[in-house]
Amino acid sequence: MQFLVRRLGFYVVAAWAAVTVNFFIPRAMPGNAVDSMMAKFPNIQPQAEKALEAEFGVGHQGSLLHQYWVYLGNIAHLNLGTSVSLYPDKVTSVLASTVPWTLALVGTATVISFTLGTLLGVIAAWRRGGWLDRALPAFTLLQATPYFFLALLAILFFSVDWHIFPVSGGYTLGLQPGWNLSFIGSAVWHSLLPALTIIATSMAGWMLQMRNVTITTIGEDYVLAAQAKGLSSRRVIFTYAARNAILPNIAGFALAIGFVVAGALVMEIVFSYPGVGFTLLNAVNANDYPLTQGIFLVISFAVLFACMIADVVYVFADPRARTRQAY
Amino acid sequence: MSVAAPLQADARTQQSAAPVWRRLRKSMPLKAKIGAVIFGIFILIAIIGPAVAPYDPSATTTQTQAIAPNIHHLLGTTSTGQDVLSQLLVGMRSTVVLGLMTGVIATTISVLVGVTAGFLGGSADEGLSLFTNVFLVLPALPLLIVVLGYIRTGSLLPVAIVLSALGWPWGARVIRAQTLTLRNRDYVLAARETGERTWRLIIFEILPNEVSLIAANFVSTVLYALLTSVALAFIGLASFSGWTLGTMLYWANSQEAIQLGAWWWYVPPGLSVALLGMSLVLLNFGLDEIGNPRLRDGGRRKIKGARWRASDPTPVIREAL
Repeated sequence: MQFLVRRLGFYVVAAWAAVTVNFFIPRAMPGNAVDSMMAKFPNIQPQAEKALEAEFGVGHQGSLLHQYWVYLGNIAHLNLGTSVSLYPDKVTSVLASTVPWTLALVGTATVISFTLGTLLGVIAAWRRGGWLDRALPAFTLLQATPYFFLALLAILFFSVDWHIFPVSGGYTLGLQPGWNLSFIGSAVWHSLLPALTIIATSMAGWMLQMRNVTITTIGEDYVLAAQAKGLSSRRVIFTYAARNAILPNIAGFALAIGFVVAGALVMEIVFSYPGVGFTLLNAVNANDYPLTQGIFLVISFAVLFACMIADVVYVFADPRARTRQAY
Repeated sequence: MSVAAPLQADARTQQSAAPVWRRLRKSMPLKAKIGAVIFGIFILIAIIGPAVAPYDPSATTTQTQAIAPNIHHLLGTTSTGQDVLSQLLVGMRSTVVLGLMTGVIATTISVLVGVTAGFLGGSADEGLSLFTNVFLVLPALPLLIVVLGYIRTGSLLPVAIVLSALGWPWGARVIRAQTLTLRNRDYVLAARETGERTWRLIIFEILPNEVSLIAANFVSTVLYALLTSVALAFIGLASFSGWTLGTMLYWANSQEAIQLGAWWWYVPPGLSVALLGMSLVLLNFGLDEIGNPRLRDGGRRKIKGARWRASDPTPVIREAL
């Protein structure tokens, strides 16, 4: 329990750091939201500048400390401001329409990739020197290839040449987003190729780590004892060796989630998928500071949340973590 | 190994000249050797590339179509007549230099933070570990997109610094953990008893035992810098005044090389990044095997003609009487 409490303290600090980084980024950069708004709509009267400054919360607003305080208050009230590039949409409403896409696709793909990779890693260690084990360097080659390059080739072959999957987008244009069968079917259909490319590139990492740790665990005395008892090879591998070998993989999951999100951002850009990554790039290119900040904040909190889940799972999986001090 | 015999005899006489190198070469796993050779070739291209590039990589002609590889343009041209081979040769240098620069900066920070936290312990460790872990969970790529979206610079150093600032925590964690296990070893305690200063303990007792770990960390940081910088350039967040493998891919994609079927335009840079990445992965495979002996041999053994795996029960063999 102490472990979880200490970790919770850590997450509070991490969340504070993310919020603070987010506060300083636009202030350290040249230009502000009003400037880009004025540049975007040349026919705005100069007198409107004051009104816009008030709306976007820039301009002269007292000391930095005061601004920081106001900013924290705004975040606590989920008031993330107004988007410049998608004016007059609120940042929160833009997020509400993009986050579910990313979450559904990336979440599912990550869980599949982790489960499959871990399982194949155990099998590679079990059948060491077998075909799966020898194919592992080929899997890691997929990991060393730039994700977008692989994704572009996948689009070229599967979508452009063979017409198996749609080329880009999140759903067939013309369909109205909603909970009806034709829309959901279309969304699932569009998500298959992106999901497959994410799984293909990220699986090798889990697999390699699981294999290496399992091989190391197989050499432990308690595994030898299990074998000496005459248990079946399968039982020894899965309930003795893999049971403990999975711990570093779970701990690694919390740390790797950031990389997963990174890969997902590039995926959305390549596939023009209507999620947060695609929107983030557009917001950055349009100097849309409020939206950029909002998206960064959401991604940071999503990563922290995923880490927290991994921590809780870890406590259940590793009895030592329940008594040991936090790292 | 009959061919190698005279070489070995030769090695014995020159043992004092380069004993470490020869020992390394002999003990290095095959995967690491392949990785090192490929990586060496890329370094060579990075050094001589711009000098041997046959054309100015940015020079355009009046043509409107990408030309397939021919005797004048060994890797063909882009749709504006730029020579792909020259772009590749020139771009390789910036990409490799950026990767190495980030590797050096980030690894230095990792070692400084990791060793300090691990060796000093106590509240210094608590503080530095917290700092490291916070950096670790901050999502790097979105932050890079945000920061690099605002500072678009032509020189490599600022980009390397930003990449390093977000790439060091992983290594720092691993090195801290290793330092923690080393600092209470008997030989370190003995050195401490003889009155050696802290900095001597760290440099002469701790660090030499972390060399393989630091090397592995360096290699993975270079891989991270390579893949991240190429991805960032590809999505348009880079300076386009010079050539890198990433900007090559960006132009190829934005000028629809893939739709036009101009494979000679996008495959060379993509494949180069993949090969460079693979060489780094192979190097790390090898370093893993050096650090963890259990991973070393193939694992498949034959005992009395029967196949045996490490996960199988110890075989009991009846000797023929």
